Amino acid sequence: MSQPFPFSAIVGQDEMKLAILVATVDASIGGVLVFGDRGTGKSTAVRALAALLPKMRAVVGCPYQCDPADGAPCCAQCAAGKGTLKSHLVPVPVVDMPLGATEDRVVGALDLERALTRGEKAFEPGLLARANRGFLYIDEVNLLEDHLVDLLIDVAASGENLVEREGLSVRHPARFVIVGSGNPEEGELRPQLLDRFGLSVEVTTPTDLPTRVEVVRRRDAYERDRDAFVAHWKKHDDKLRKKIIAAREHLPNVQVPDGVVEQAARLCMALGTDGLRGELTLIRAARALAAFEGDDAVRDAHLRRIAPPALRHRLRRDPLDDAGSGARVDRAVEDLFGK
Amino acid sequence: MTPVPARVSIARWKTCLENRTRPGDDRATVVDDPWLRAALACALCAVDPVGTGGVRLHAQAGPVRDAWLAQLRDMLPPGTPMRRVPFNVTDGRLLGGLDLTATLRAGRPVAERGLLVEAHGGFVLLAMAERLPPGTAARVTAVMDAGEVALARDGIALTSAAAFAVVALDEGLEDEPLSTALCDRLAFHLDLDGLRAQTCTPLPVSAADIERARARLPVIAVPPGATEALAATALALGVSSMRALLQSVRVARAAAALDGRDAVAEDDVTLAAQLVLAPRATQFPTSETAPEQADAPPPEPDDTPPEDTSPPEPEAGQDASDSDAQPPDDRPLDDVVLQAAQAAIPPGLLARLQAAAGRLPRARSAGRAGALRAGGLRGRPAGIRRGTPGNGARLNLIETLRAAAPWQPLRRAARAGAPSNCLIDVRPDDFRITRFAQRSETTTIFLVDASGSSALNRLAEAKGAVELLLADCYVRRDRVALIAFRGTGAEVLLPPTRSLVRAKRSLAGLPGGGGTPLAAGIDAGWLMADAVQRRGDTPTLVLLTDGRANVARDGAGGRARAEEDARSAARRVRASAFRALFIDTSPRPQPAARELAADMAAMYMPLSAADAVSISKIVRAIS
Repeated sequence: MSQPFPFSAIVGQDEMKLAILVATVDASIGGVLVFGDRGTGKSTAVRALAALLPKMRAVVGCPYQCDPADGAPCCAQCAAGKGTLKSHLVPVPVVDMPLGATEDRVVGALDLERALTRGEKAFEPGLLARANRGFLYIDEVNLLEDHLVDLLIDVAASGENLVEREGLSVRHPARFVIVGSGNPEEGELRPQLLDRFGLSVEVTTPTDLPTRVEVVRRRDAYERDRDAFVAHWKKHDDKLRKKIIAAREHLPNVQVPDGVVEQAARLCMALGTDGLRGELTLIRAARALAAFEGDDAVRDAHLRRIAPPALRHRLRRDPLDDAGSGARVDRAVEDLFGK
Repeated sequence: MTPVPARVSIARWKTCLENRTRPGDDRATVVDDPWLRAALACALCAVDPVGTGGVRLHAQAGPVRDAWLAQLRDMLPPGTPMRRVPFNVTDGRLLGGLDLTATLRAGRPVAERGLLVEAHGGFVLLAMAERLPPGTAARVTAVMDAGEVALARDGIALTSAAAFAVVALDEGLEDEPLSTALCDRLAFHLDLDGLRAQTCTPLPVSAADIERARARLPVIAVPPGATEALAATALALGVSSMRALLQSVRVARAAAALDGRDAVAEDDVTLAAQLVLAPRATQFPTSETAPEQADAPPPEPDDTPPEDTSPPEPEAGQDASDSDAQPPDDRPLDDVVLQAAQAAIPPGLLARLQAAAGRLPRARSAGRAGALRAGGLRGRPAGIRRGTPGNGARLNLIETLRAAAPWQPLRRAARAGAPSNCLIDVRPDDFRITRFAQRSETTTIFLVDASGSSALNRLAEAKGAVELLLADCYVRRDRVALIAFRGTGAEVLLPPTRSLVRAKRSLAGLPGGGGTPLAAGIDAGWLMADAVQRRGDTPTLVLLTDGRANVARDGAGGRARAEEDARSAARRVRASAFRALFIDTSPRPQPAARELAADMAAMYMPLSAADAVSISKIVRAIS
């Protein structure tokens, strides 16, 4: 696993790649849900992220990778040592949530080793701590146990993790982007969890011969000589990385004209999405997309491109319409913006 | 399907098997002997266990399966681990966890290795794989993908390498599907049913041969054209999974390695298509889906004599960069591969698939009973979690004590001085509760068209079919409900009940006559199915009608509006993803009825084509 498959070498699946990239530009959009056929590179794309993303500055020795520049909520350890902290560059954490993980390892618990060998009570951070400021990837999210799903929703919403064990009370920052993937045939996702994801993408297996051959070729080349393959794609990944960095810097300067906000509201009304979360996400994602493409203001074209992933999972199920929710969003977008 | 004769005599392979000699290069182009196919798959899987993922072995326990497994064991280098995983394995045993006994003895955390880690470099045998819960299957596939077990359990965080191949021992009947996620990762799908142990001679491949092939594997070149041929074949056979395609390339490479060559040749590609792609076929290649066939003559019987097998490998193999991976008989490689694969499609597979087509993908439930419902207070234990007992949750004493055990020294130290007479200090944090999963009941709702047109046609037969189904429902302890529609509306004759006598009686007394308010009937069925689902049960709708609606929802006559209403009602059934069966009772099946069934995503079954027994078989299959 030392050399993951490079992000830019993934063939096709443009909507999925775009959604993931937009979420890396602006983490406040919320998570990304990737649902669809097996063997379409869902996991590959997420696992490639760690190598793709620009490194971040973090306090040395901090289990939560606190940002030294961040004034506000950081862990107790960093708050105590304020001003004297050393920092270094670390890769953005992309934490794979193992299926079968028990709750104590997810939220963190008492350090068993120290308790047994030295009789000390010490907190051992869990997966949520490791994912702070990064990504938490849950493969087969629909198979995750309900109580863990509830817990993740709770932490993702509040941005901090609170653990009370053995008279020990620990509160630490846990801000991360959840990326979930799954196959609808294995089970539906609960609507509460669905709504927590900012963007939702449907992936399908490519059906044209050249694409399929290319997928197999690249995978084969990668498996036969990982180093050479990764080196070959490095410049593409580098280019993408620069684009992400530029987009993050550019993001605050991107204007959102009133007309675009109105259009977004109209789109959401036409689709009857519940709550305001849809509109907010739509605007944020469109702004991140504009920043990613180097535009100074959000235009209708951005809305059009990002509307399906931002809205398709927020529609109420219409029993009399058997078309997929993606098709309904497309239809509403066409009605609003014209073909 | 046009039979494609073997280009190489199978008899020679068979002789090889009997004489236990090395077969040499003359691999059959079409391997139509199922045991030979299974034996070859076994050898190829042994050559590249991790790359091919493994084997789905559909066979009942018996001498044939034992022979296959024995052959696999003989082919593996000595010391290769092989671990058997029962379907009800716990997470702790599968992935690993805290070894409490050793931990307490050593005074420091000791991790227990899981079965998957123990199988590193070898094979995992999944016993009764068809009963594997989706969660367990997902854990196995996640480890297969990552090649390691990332353990995060019981206070232990540990990553250990776990690269293995899976042999899923599938003893299921046709209606008990294996986890599709798992199947997708296994290159070979073998069916040993119907084979006799006497004919199962092991392939003359030794562990040393396998080791030589493994050493050769990294240098095997795949000529251009080979991947294209496999990709085109996969498309033509309707195999959409990208993993299957990747696996077929790896299998072709393993085949070349086993034969001691440096490059993949045509025969390897054909073999890979037969072993990997053909068993997954979802369609017969047609001219629309396989345009590459259009310019070639239609598949004619290939009259190449068996002797004419001067292997094309040397030229096709060595000129890896050259694109002339053309077979000697001038047909494009795609066609050869496709025909070979087509010949290897198991009989009956496509018929089964067609029967299953049109059903919406829905949450898989294990077996044929109702969907599983977790979190209930009854049923089988389905895992343990931290939590507070009470409110119906039951304390799991053993697990609670296990959770408390490691902390005893710490807690004793903390309360040092304070007098205590308790042996074990258990805190609320330690409480573990057992979760239960309960199979929900199935309720079969019969929607019977009792209108005049139906009564004329086959109301009596329909009643007969329902009675047979009722007998089935009795066997499965299902509940049944009966709704009849005629005249201007639908009437619930029997709310969901377990009393089959009542169902029979109300059915017998069902009079016929009047218009066909199909929309009202379907609506009534949907309402009841919805209510059943809300109760937590699993509904199945069985609609018996001739499909000729002539009364609209509001009771007004008129065929056009009535049909429109019926279709919108049918779409609602589909949107709710209820299981449904549409039995067309008209003497000559109508396309309109078939469309209506498609709108409901129901299985369609013309009564004229079926007697009551076959209908009851189908209901059993879908529910």
